[in-house]
Amino acid sequence: MSAASVVGSAPGALRAADGDPGVTGGDGTPGAAAGDPGAATAAPDASAAAPGAGAPGVPVLASAAGSTVYFPPRERYHDLLAARRDDGFELLADLCAVDYLVHPGRTLPDGVLPERFELVVVLRSVVARSMVRVRLQVPESDPEVASAVDLYPGAEAMEREAYDMFGIRFAGHPDMTRILMPEDWEGHPLRKDYAVGRVPVQFKEAPGPR
Amino acid sequence: MSEHENPGGDAVAPGAPGAEVAHVPGAPGAQQRTEHDRLVHETSEGPQGLLPRGATGTDELRREHGAVLRVPESHGAIDLDSAHVDVERPDDETMIINMGPQHPSTHGVLRLMMELDGETVLRTKPVVGYLHTGMEKTGEELTYVQGATNVTRMDYLSPLTNELVYAMAAEALLGVELPPRAVWVRMLLAELQRISSHLMWMATNGMDLGSTTMMIFGFREREMVLAFFEKTTGLRMNHDFIRVGGTAADLPDGWEDDVAVICDNVEARLEVYDELLTGQPIFRERVEGTGTLSAAEALALSATGPILRSTGVAWDLRRTMPYLAYDQVEFDVIVGTYGDNFDRYAVRLNEIRESVRIVRQVVQKMPGGPYRVLDKKVTPPPRARIDESMEALIHHFKLFTEGIRVPEGEVYVAVESPRGELGCYMVSDGSGKPYRMHIRAPSFVNLQSLPVMIHGGLVADAIASISSCDPVMGEVDR
Repeated sequence: MSAASVVGSAPGALRAADGDPGVTGGDGTPGAAAGDPGAATAAPDASAAAPGAGAPGVPVLASAAGSTVYFPPRERYHDLLAARRDDGFELLADLCAVDYLVHPGRTLPDGVLPERFELVVVLRSVVARSMVRVRLQVPESDPEVASAVDLYPGAEAMEREAYDMFGIRFAGHPDMTRILMPEDWEGHPLRKDYAVGRVPVQFKEAPGPR
Repeated sequence: MSEHENPGGDAVAPGAPGAEVAHVPGAPGAQQRTEHDRLVHETSEGPQGLLPRGATGTDELRREHGAVLRVPESHGAIDLDSAHVDVERPDDETMIINMGPQHPSTHGVLRLMMELDGETVLRTKPVVGYLHTGMEKTGEELTYVQGATNVTRMDYLSPLTNELVYAMAAEALLGVELPPRAVWVRMLLAELQRISSHLMWMATNGMDLGSTTMMIFGFREREMVLAFFEKTTGLRMNHDFIRVGGTAADLPDGWEDDVAVICDNVEARLEVYDELLTGQPIFRERVEGTGTLSAAEALALSATGPILRSTGVAWDLRRTMPYLAYDQVEFDVIVGTYGDNFDRYAVRLNEIRESVRIVRQVVQKMPGGPYRVLDKKVTPPPRARIDESMEALIHHFKLFTEGIRVPEGEVYVAVESPRGELGCYMVSDGSGKPYRMHIRAPSFVNLQSLPVMIHGGLVADAIASISSCDPVMGEVDR
């Protein structure tokens, strides 16, 4: 976009979406008109009415907060995200992992076997103003999950963080490296078997600057 | 790891000048190589950093042109012609340079590796983690009573918002209903915090663009808000004031007058900012049309807060998924049109006005009553009761040694921080400490849109874009 096209429209560069809680931003917005709202408006009602609609056979819980939680098996995780994305859940708000090593007895729906790791994904629909969550069981023996970066590019940093902190690998991630810890760090700090005081001072052995 | 195999190493700028200096005259070439390699190794992030073109795959290079947003073709959001991807560009035409982690415009310790073609930025990669102190791990070691002191240090420019989301997550697991005054006090503090955080942003943004006047103005106005926080909570920052079950204390006497003075002053000074920056041609030349981001890109990159709103998407959790009592006050959600640096500036400037509006309504509607839950299992009894009542003493002792017993469960709670969606994912195993406490930091996620914003622009515009991203590194690295 050239600077000239922006300068001319200074008074209209901002508009306040006023007090009414209806859809305020999606319409009449140049950026949005080119993109997704067309696709997004198609399905949110259906998905809100029937939470399991896009994913038959996937165990579902309606949590206390009123949002839906899916418990897909690992091989259906990526398909489920793709289906939810097509339903209008276009914003991947959060992705994090939990290590249930010392807290095995959590409540899960029937048919879902608890594993050591759990990946928790929060998806939001801007149009329907709703949120769904996905909780994925990841076994300790083979901590590998299909990456969601091809669907949600914003998942990139969050998946790197989950890899860094828990050692869960994401197949298909373009840059599966550590993000917060140094690259030569050993271990994954947020695992429950990673003791807090076990590691010596971080750069003790590193050679000095000169 | 096989990093930097290019024999000359000329694309890796940071090590190269040092190698020249360290080169002893008359030393054999082999030794120079070793010295050079050592310096390259010391300054390298290895695979975490930005690699030279020769060592980068085609897919990675496509991302330079926005293919980072690999939106499925059916959505038609990104039209990427593979002929546009200049994969064959040789390494010696471009240069990889480092910006940061020690650089005044990086707002702390953000390190950006940029590939430049002359003055034009091609690829950028943020390298983070310099401030990582394992706060999520620490959060698992602290009880719910102590936890707020930890999270408040993450986003140090809006500490109260962090305390708020932590307390709300624990309360959601506890299932307690807050008294109305606690809710409104929290809302008052959260909005004042938004004012102070945005003022701080106005100040640093002004400084990054060369307006030191704006820096002084921003800090001056922010100090008024911080003085009120000091009066209320005892500290200017890192308050530990919003706690599980309510707040630590009631508002001080005469708080209405203090808040009214802040509102009047800030509102009047915003007019001065308009005069100083908004209408000023030099400033507008710098920010208009630079660092643009489309709505589809912002959503795909999970950007939230002013960055997403500047693209025209009216997504504000206070309005779209109300928490506290935001559904009982009137305010507008400010959206931009072009998603450029000017829109992000204007969104934040006008959000200060909206926050002042909310604060005024809160002052009028502030209910009376207790400022925290009167449940002895959640909040400690008043100090004076401990001397009289054995029961109160036991409750007090249990709370501060074991923490609050939070029932088993897991919850994700999100609030709108000045930087975007601030979420807290909390898992409890029934003990007095959270089993897992994850903070969804808006700065950390928003940083991903930076390479898209500054691609194709000049280095000078990159400074403006970094600033308008408003990253707080304490929150990015946690």
